[in-house]
Amino acid sequence: MKILVPVKRVVDYNVKVRVKADGTGVDIANVKMSMNPFDEIAVEEAVRLKEKGVATEVVAVSCGVAQCQETLRTAMAIGADRAILVETDEELQPLAVAKILKALVDKEQPGLVILGKQAIDDDANQTGQMLAALADWPQATFASKVEVQGEAVEVTREVDGGLEVLRLTLPAIVTTDLRLNEPRYVTLPNIMKAKKKPLETVKPADLGVDVTPRLKTLKVAEPPKRSAGIKVPDVATLVDKLKNEAKVI
Amino acid sequence: MTILVIAEHDNATLKGATLNTVGAALKLQAAGAGDIHVLVAGHNAAGAAQAAAQIAGVAKVLHADGAALAHGLAENVAAQVLALAAGYSHILFPATAGGRNVAPRVAAKLDVAQISDITAVVDAHTFERPIYAGNAIATVQSGDAQHVITVRTTAFDPAGSGGAAPVEPVPAAADSGKSAFVKSELAKSDRPELTAAKVIVSGGRALGSAEKFNEVITPLADKLGAAIGASRAAVDAGYAPNDWQVGQTGKIVAPQLYVAVGISGAIQHLAGMKDSKVIVAINKDPEAPIFSVADYGLEADLFQAVPELVKAL
Repeated sequence: MKILVPVKRVVDYNVKVRVKADGTGVDIANVKMSMNPFDEIAVEEAVRLKEKGVATEVVAVSCGVAQCQETLRTAMAIGADRAILVETDEELQPLAVAKILKALVDKEQPGLVILGKQAIDDDANQTGQMLAALADWPQATFASKVEVQGEAVEVTREVDGGLEVLRLTLPAIVTTDLRLNEPRYVTLPNIMKAKKKPLETVKPADLGVDVTPRLKTLKVAEPPKRSAGIKVPDVATLVDKLKNEAKVI
Repeated sequence: MTILVIAEHDNATLKGATLNTVGAALKLQAAGAGDIHVLVAGHNAAGAAQAAAQIAGVAKVLHADGAALAHGLAENVAAQVLALAAGYSHILFPATAGGRNVAPRVAAKLDVAQISDITAVVDAHTFERPIYAGNAIATVQSGDAQHVITVRTTAFDPAGSGGAAPVEPVPAAADSGKSAFVKSELAKSDRPELTAAKVIVSGGRALGSAEKFNEVITPLADKLGAAIGASRAAVDAGYAPNDWQVGQTGKIVAPQLYVAVGISGAIQHLAGMKDSKVIVAINKDPEAPIFSVADYGLEADLFQAVPELVKAL
């Protein structure tokens, strides 16, 4: 079974982004970029399934600017076998990415597509579910455990109030939550090996996909600032403030 | 321009998130959209449908009842919504685990963009939503004919009660046959639900172990009648279950009082709780970022301060 793993290049999760003064977006010039953390978990899961002998090949995909090649090399250093870059300088929204992935799914015929549940830049949480809909495949989002059993996959999902287990007929879509696994550190020899793995580049038009954005961003603003309050010297003062000043207890 | 709200429920009862989502629909109505209909898709869900009919401002409840809808499987619920979607300009889901799971399937099938996690309605086609863990607020406008939206429930007041909308049965969607519910392990708790609680006590990595987490946090939560939350670090370390996680990728909360115990205040955590009305931070590190958003900061050893606080309350 082949596994397809889409990965997104995003502002590193340790960077605190700044809104541009003209309100057109956030400033990402000279900011450290990394693989979306949920996607790293997706790559790790796919590679573990290959190491267990469940999967035969792991193909990483990224959609976006030429620099996404670095993200794909990271995926291959974790253990993906090859990579596809769908290169464009246009802004890509989740529906467009889902359409690109649907075209690649048709071409590659994977048994499983594992994606991150959301990207930490636009926080949309859409692409996996959209791909599932376009491909007419079943989905298990927010996965904390994935077990392939013959022609089916049993997935434990993190839902409001606890956990839920679903059984999906393959081919299927899984999106990862934080506790699915802990991605390995990539080692230098694996980084070197990843440089020699095949990376194919195509354009959205080659796949027959129109990526024109559907949502227009009118402005991007700073959120309202919450100012720091006061430090209280002891528990008694804290209780007094909560009772008599904030009146919340 | 009619609005369809997809109800969140457990068949027997309606979840509070539905009321906030109707609250967002009321804002849309004020901005020029039309009637508000609520879809209750479930199995033996007459109780939830009746509850939906009593929400103020709802014109009609659509009740789809079938075995395939019992567990909220995304494939079947999406098919149910799509069967009814044609007449609606806006389809609203709460941005809960359930709503987030289903909404994008509906949007993709309708070939429209989804607008996730809206925090404000600017006009019938324009919305505010947080990006980058809430470090920026984007105002986005959709050019599509239909709008599929998930609503950040803490950003909208819940709709009131006193309505008497008719409940109209609609044919239930068939099972896709591609997915099946196996089991669920839902925590049984007498505590208020995290996203609906008026008071939340949250613990962080400084608690040190699951035993200490329980020993220190639970008495304080009991005393305050509070829900219990946790930082991602505490959940990752196994001190607290995953559904207690407050933050960018966990639960977004905005209670009247949020007590952060031994939580340093990473950006990802602040994203989930900084809209709380009053924030109290107890931490022994004077430099902890949590103090920059706290109304009342207590610089102290939590293992002494929290029991003392429990005694003082």
